[in-house]
Amino acid sequence: MSDTHVNVDPLFAGIPDVPGLDPTQPHHYVAEPTWVDAGTDTPSLDGSASAPVDVPLDAQERAVATKEIRLDGGPPPGAATLESREACAWFGGRLVLEGVNLVMPAGEVTALIGPSGCGKSTFLRLLNRMHELVPGAQLDGEILLDGEDIYDRNMRAQQVRMRIGMVFQKPNPFPAMTIKENVLSGLKLGRIKCSDKDALVEQSLIRAGLWKEVRDRLHEPGGGLSGGQQQRLCIARSLAVHPNVLLMDEPCSALDPTSTRRVEETIAELRGNVTVVIVTHNMQQAHRVSDKCAFFLAAENKPGVVVEQGLTAKLFSEPDDPRTFDYVTGQFG
Amino acid sequence: MTDVSQRPLDVAADIDLTTTDPAPTNGQGLPGAVREPTALGAPGAVIPRSPRVVRTPRRPRELNTADLMTIVGSFVSAVCLCWLIFSILTKGVGWLGYGLSVFVVFLALVWIVTADRLGANAATDRVVSTVIFTSAFVIMVPLVWLIVFVIQKGWPAISHTFFVKDQRGITPTQPSTAGGAAHAIVGTIEQVGLALLWSLPLGVLTAVFLNESRSKWRRPVRIVVDAMSGLPSIVAGLFIYAVFILPYARTIPLFGFNGFMASLALAMIMLPTITRTVEVVLRLVPDGLREASLAMGSSRARTVWSVVLPTARTGMTTAVVLGIARAVGETAPLLFTAFGYDLMNTNPFKGAQESLPLFVYRNIKKPAISAVERGFAGALVLMGLVLILFMVARFIGRDRSKSQARRNRRRAVAQWIEEQEAS
Repeated sequence: MSDTHVNVDPLFAGIPDVPGLDPTQPHHYVAEPTWVDAGTDTPSLDGSASAPVDVPLDAQERAVATKEIRLDGGPPPGAATLESREACAWFGGRLVLEGVNLVMPAGEVTALIGPSGCGKSTFLRLLNRMHELVPGAQLDGEILLDGEDIYDRNMRAQQVRMRIGMVFQKPNPFPAMTIKENVLSGLKLGRIKCSDKDALVEQSLIRAGLWKEVRDRLHEPGGGLSGGQQQRLCIARSLAVHPNVLLMDEPCSALDPTSTRRVEETIAELRGNVTVVIVTHNMQQAHRVSDKCAFFLAAENKPGVVVEQGLTAKLFSEPDDPRTFDYVTGQFG
Repeated sequence: MTDVSQRPLDVAADIDLTTTDPAPTNGQGLPGAVREPTALGAPGAVIPRSPRVVRTPRRPRELNTADLMTIVGSFVSAVCLCWLIFSILTKGVGWLGYGLSVFVVFLALVWIVTADRLGANAATDRVVSTVIFTSAFVIMVPLVWLIVFVIQKGWPAISHTFFVKDQRGITPTQPSTAGGAAHAIVGTIEQVGLALLWSLPLGVLTAVFLNESRSKWRRPVRIVVDAMSGLPSIVAGLFIYAVFILPYARTIPLFGFNGFMASLALAMIMLPTITRTVEVVLRLVPDGLREASLAMGSSRARTVWSVVLPTARTGMTTAVVLGIARAVGETAPLLFTAFGYDLMNTNPFKGAQESLPLFVYRNIKKPAISAVERGFAGALVLMGLVLILFMVARFIGRDRSKSQARRNRRRAVAQWIEEQEAS
């Protein structure tokens, strides 16, 4: 499961490996958006997706962050591959998303980009069965989580959602709970047992990049944090149940640049441990954080489709479709 | 080329050399301004020590002296004019007519004078404001009147015995300070407490059903709840009387006249109030929280219990208070249920029981001055009880985050001052 490249993605075929890329060098945090010549930045396919990043974590923190904490009744360990096959979605009889085929490889970051109203968020909500919560919403196709269809008769939505966490556009920590309770809320809500809750809180907050800022006030209400901190608290909350996949719906759109950078660093930290799927309107962000990218587009009065998908570097440097080129170069949308 | 590129540098250097010790500014253009300590930025930057600039905070005022004079002058003129017309030139009118005439003349004068000074637009604005302020004041009059009236009538009968004794052995010739209403206070607390016990879980569950479920029965249930809130309270009492007491009182003691039956009738009154209030509060809980909870693998029931209800906690205390306030003053449902009793009965499940509204009702009807006084004293205690309940609920439901923030700010300021003194 954690082995990313057992799944041979047909989309990756034909894209040349970039020789001479040093996997120990950080390549995801470029100071300036250099996507014009991003070809040299292409992540190699030999497993360097989990290459070290330039986020400083001291040795002690790293030890806590990678420590194995057992959860009873939680998701199975490791990242999982998510794959959609001919996924379609309707709202009240109106088709809004048609025939999406996309593989989101385990442990990698997949970005979904596209203009507003093209079905990115709907697709994201299809991935963890949040779509069906909307009255009148329907769907078709398959979403495979490590080969199992999450819409199978035998799959329970709650089990699926526990394995596939979600971070929303607006930070939404539970106001009636303290910071610590917020982090542990997933255990309470999903009836998961953990023997060492304090360690789990510390680990989740370190992984979300929030530990240093809140370790002295774990018993204060979560609503007292700043917007960026609240969003990272929500990420910590999602990570506490050890999900296989983390979906992020424009996680930085309500945040200032500093907080955005912090969240992006968090995403970089998660690479390899969790499969991340992120919806973003920010081209630079998609370029910075993602390994793979899918461009959604909806023509007028037509359902949204995936126009182009592939490695992020390729999509941003030499896209096959002219519409993709126009979008990523900012000529429309 | 070298000349051109060198030039600006030279000039800059010149300026640097010739400027003698520029006065340091703190970024706000005023040298040496003493900044107020703030919680966020106890300023770490060096603030130059220089003569203190005295700052006096002020707010622009809406009414200036001329406006006030206009209002006072108009009022005095209105009074004088009406006095002239009604008391000197004609035979006069009653006090109500006099007051209304003064008010109308006053408004007209205010409009004319202000229009002369500031124009018709401002005059209309001023007149409308005056009418609104006056209405707010007029609304207060009956309330204050009522409270003063009850205090005046009831106060003589209030003594410490009023809270500890019942009406045992009290005859009509005894003064109103003899005996007390302890039995009524106990009865009220027991009946309302029991009613709350029945109606709160039921009301909260109904509200959860109305707001959190997707059932097609929500609409009919909402209509029934609305209809119930319009139920005349005596009908609630009559219903309990007809359904339980009349057929079963002889055979089952629990269904006789007692506090329990009264609590059922009161619960019928409280239920719609609590349901509607809780429903409104639940609707205020952001959907994002529900989604966040569901997205973590929680069931709907779990989400309601662990996320929605705790978030709406403060609002639910309001619901409880409104429910209690609705029920605590009800007399009619108790007439055929608790029935009323002059002696202490602490057992709400057996025997007739008194309650404060019943105590007031029964005593005011009695043909003895002492009893009427006792009735007013009961009304006074009832009002005090409601006031205390409101304060308690306000205290429980207060916004803790606000007071916490205030404490933090105070601590930060204190710390900043300490640092300043130390350095």
